[in-house]
Amino acid sequence: MNIEATQQAIIADFSAFDDWMDKYTYLIELGNELEPIDASYKIDQNLIRGCQSRVWLQQKLEGDLLIFEAESDALIVKGLVALLLKVFSGRTPQEILDAEPYFIDEIGLRQHLSPTRSNGLMAMVKQIKLYALAYKQIASQKK
Amino acid sequence: MSFNYQDIRKNFPILDQQVNKRPWVYFDNAATAQRPIQVIEKIREYSVLTNSNIHRGTHTHAIRTTEAYENARDIVRDFLHAKEREEIIFTHGTTESINLVARSFCEKYLNEGDEIIVSEMEHHANIVPWQMACERHHATLKVLPFADDGTLKTELLESLISDRTKILAITHVSNTLGTVNPIKEIIRIAHGHNIPVLVDGAQSAPHIIIDVQDLDCDFFAFSGHKIYGPTGIGVLFGKRFWLDAMPPFLGGGEMIDRVTFKKTTYNELPHKFEAGTPHYVGAIAMGSAIKFIQNIGIEKIASYEHHLLSYATDQMKTLENLKIFGESQNKTGVICFQLDQIHPFDLGTLLDQLGIAVRTGRLCADPVMDHFGVTAMTRASFAFYNTAEEIDSFVAALKRIRVMF
Repeated sequence: MNIEATQQAIIADFSAFDDWMDKYTYLIELGNELEPIDASYKIDQNLIRGCQSRVWLQQKLEGDLLIFEAESDALIVKGLVALLLKVFSGRTPQEILDAEPYFIDEIGLRQHLSPTRSNGLMAMVKQIKLYALAYKQIASQKK
Repeated sequence: MSFNYQDIRKNFPILDQQVNKRPWVYFDNAATAQRPIQVIEKIREYSVLTNSNIHRGTHTHAIRTTEAYENARDIVRDFLHAKEREEIIFTHGTTESINLVARSFCEKYLNEGDEIIVSEMEHHANIVPWQMACERHHATLKVLPFADDGTLKTELLESLISDRTKILAITHVSNTLGTVNPIKEIIRIAHGHNIPVLVDGAQSAPHIIIDVQDLDCDFFAFSGHKIYGPTGIGVLFGKRFWLDAMPPFLGGGEMIDRVTFKKTTYNELPHKFEAGTPHYVGAIAMGSAIKFIQNIGIEKIASYEHHLLSYATDQMKTLENLKIFGESQNKTGVICFQLDQIHPFDLGTLLDQLGIAVRTGRLCADPVMDHFGVTAMTRASFAFYNTAEEIDSFVAALKRIRVMF
């Protein structure tokens, strides 16, 4: 599934919930299911600091594809991190740079991604894009 | 309870609304308090009818505004039981008040090798300005610790004081633990060594009768928006002796006596510390807020809030695995807590879904987080317009949320 299809699939998943509790219970579930990142990656260098919660983001290149792993100490944030990973991980740098995570808005969780919310999510999206940009430049220099 | 909160709530139009389709429960009063209609009307009145810059013009509204602004100074003097109106300086808020002292007092009195004492439970606003002063003057910041129950280890104060100690800056009430510190005793000890004391009153002024002469504090700082007034206005009380001796903080209009390019002489107190056009509408409206709480009676407010605190504490303690940070016998209506292993961000987000506003995060008090080895806390804080029914819905919400995890 490409980025667009993945976002659409998430929106479809969430459209099944008409109650906020179901929605957040599902997010918490996603958070619980997210593979924890290796403790060796939970270092300051990978930490995206927010006043409210912390997010760790680790990346590697496999072939043309950028693989991200991430985790948060707050479960709801972790659930949102899981969704962002579904959308952005395993894509080429160009695909990442071209995409906007509009699904967050569509599933009614936009307040968690606004720049004023200091939960680290907005910074995580920015960081993902910065990695994509950096890898794209490295790739173009090699050519 | 003789306190009629239903009548009082009518004065706060903001409280009568729904958030996320539920009656709004505002338990974030330690961050900012809501404003009664009297304060809102005062801001409106001065914006619509009277606005003119103070201390300058000869015209009617300039004179009226100046009188109202200076009248607000008298109201604050009375509220703090200060000796002289000249000891009341209007600032942007507690933070600016503390920065004023940290800058001006330290410029005159702090030298290389000197020491400043703060406590472990301070808000960042009562740590960072002193740290900056210490860096400027190559001085050292020393810290009076607190015990795990949230009470200050006052018995250690004597051992921290040395002949290099220049000032002690301490909070009256902790914004996280709710502890009311034995500030009079602390001041007595410090004065025994001729050390002046600044009291951060941001969390005490809304809840406790303040008598700066009885406390004998040298400086006292508080914010308008935490005592039901507007944001952007606050107060620094300073004893005349210190304010006269200290150099000005900011330079500009109003604080001068005469300006030439060779030499400027400064205005008298309080204007010496009020450079530029002050937030006079804010000061006037803060005066209304103080009148409002004085009319209800601060003692009555304190006793009702104490009832809310006890009720909330008892109700919350019925929940297993709920840890309250700060269990001093002498507390204001602030409860910081941890429920199960639920992250405060998650808890705050879900409480909001149920219409309940609390504060989560590091609460501008990293050293308190470090003391308890946590990265964040959840804080519920009460004001006299809150009710036992709201506490019931809050506790019910906690029960409902915890089963989601």
